[in-house]
Amino acid sequence: METSRRNFLKLGGAWALGLAILPAVKGFAANNPEHLVNPKAMAGKRWGLVIDMQKCWPRYQAGCRRCFDTCRREHNIPDIGNKKEEIKWIWTEPYGDAFPDQQHELMAEDIKNNPFIVLCNHCDKPPCVRVCPTRATFKRQDGIVMIDYHRCIGCRYCMAACPYGARSFNFRDPRPYIKELNPAYPTREKGVVEKCTLCVERIDTGLPPACVEVCPAKAITFGDLEDPSSEARQLLKNRYTIQRKPELGTHPSIYYIV
Amino acid sequence: MYRDARYIITGLVIFVGLMTFPFWSNAGRAAPAPAPNLDTPAIRQLPAKQCIEATQYMRAYHMQLLNDWRTQVVRDGKEIYVASDGKQYTMSLENTCFQCHSNKAEFCDQCHTYAGVEPDCWSCHIEPKENK
Ligand code: SF4
Ligand code: SF4
Repeated sequence: METSRRNFLKLGGAWALGLAILPAVKGFAANNPEHLVNPKAMAGKRWGLVIDMQKCWPRYQAGCRRCFDTCRREHNIPDIGNKKEEIKWIWTEPYGDAFPDQQHELMAEDIKNNPFIVLCNHCDKPPCVRVCPTRATFKRQDGIVMIDYHRCIGCRYCMAACPYGARSFNFRDPRPYIKELNPAYPTREKGVVEKCTLCVERIDTGLPPACVEVCPAKAITFGDLEDPSSEARQLLKNRYTIQRKPELGTHPSIYYIV
Repeated sequence: MYRDARYIITGLVIFVGLMTFPFWSNAGRAAPAPAPNLDTPAIRQLPAKQCIEATQYMRAYHMQLLNDWRTQVVRDGKEIYVASDGKQYTMSLENTCFQCHSNKAEFCDQCHTYAGVEPDCWSCHIEPKENK
């Protein structure tokens, strides 16, 4: 066929017409479905936690592990039974490891020796999100840092980028290591990275994170850090709080009362 | 120069034979058409045996629908699906689909095997315990 200016314009016209009716065709083919946010969903601009260790310690010392156990059960977190391949969403670290630049040799004994609850900080400037090549790790509108396991290729850039060791890699199929399977929540598969999601599945249906809900000492407070009237902000206003590694500029959304 | 023609032609015949092996090895053998079984306790209870969308649509597009659900729930935090008849459903494989389709072997595997597709949904999403 001779490519004349006239033919070219005709083709262009057909193409433009196709583009114009594409939405209609698509709408017809896809039944034009709608997707809505659950009306019960909690709305926030930057979710965060304030953890009062003074409330936690008396219980923790008595063997309370309610937040860990509940999280494990709800999210089908495996117990591999070996430190190197451990999968952890919420766990404890000694003060020196959690706050390495905020210690001195004469620290109060109870702070130095007590376990601190740590988890993904859902940083406001998360380095893990910046380095993820597939955008599997992303920050939601409400500040929660998520991993989309459908997209994770297991490159572990995010693990290298996270200065808090908040991410775990699935070296093997975790299924056989899950004690009680929760059929309402998926598991992960070999070769993906995982971490705390701040219970998005609960927040999106109007419930606070599970660890917050089950803590018998009410040591963990959940709230919108951008909302000055939130319970979390009230605590931040009235109590002395610290963050993990603030000098790195990741702006963690988890605060500690010590 | 043409001495090698023999070898080349033999090679070609073997190559074509190997490449088309799947076609002729299956010739004349018709695989039974799948007939997914809809008999599960939850479906039995339904007044009208109707999925969230029309059967034809589900048959042709369930994979697109699920892919869409994934994006909406995981990436956008939306979790309610409004079907074309206006009914609302939670977008969840475990908590919506599997509640009715609790017979994975009958309902899912039959067609997937027939069509030769192996979706890897099940390596994370927990398949329902089959109830007889
Ligand atoms: S704590 Fe680590 S994994 Fe969590 S948001 Fe910050 S950098 Fe990312
Ligand atoms: S391991 Fe997964 S989440 Fe982490 S950077 Fe690679 S693709 Fe992204």
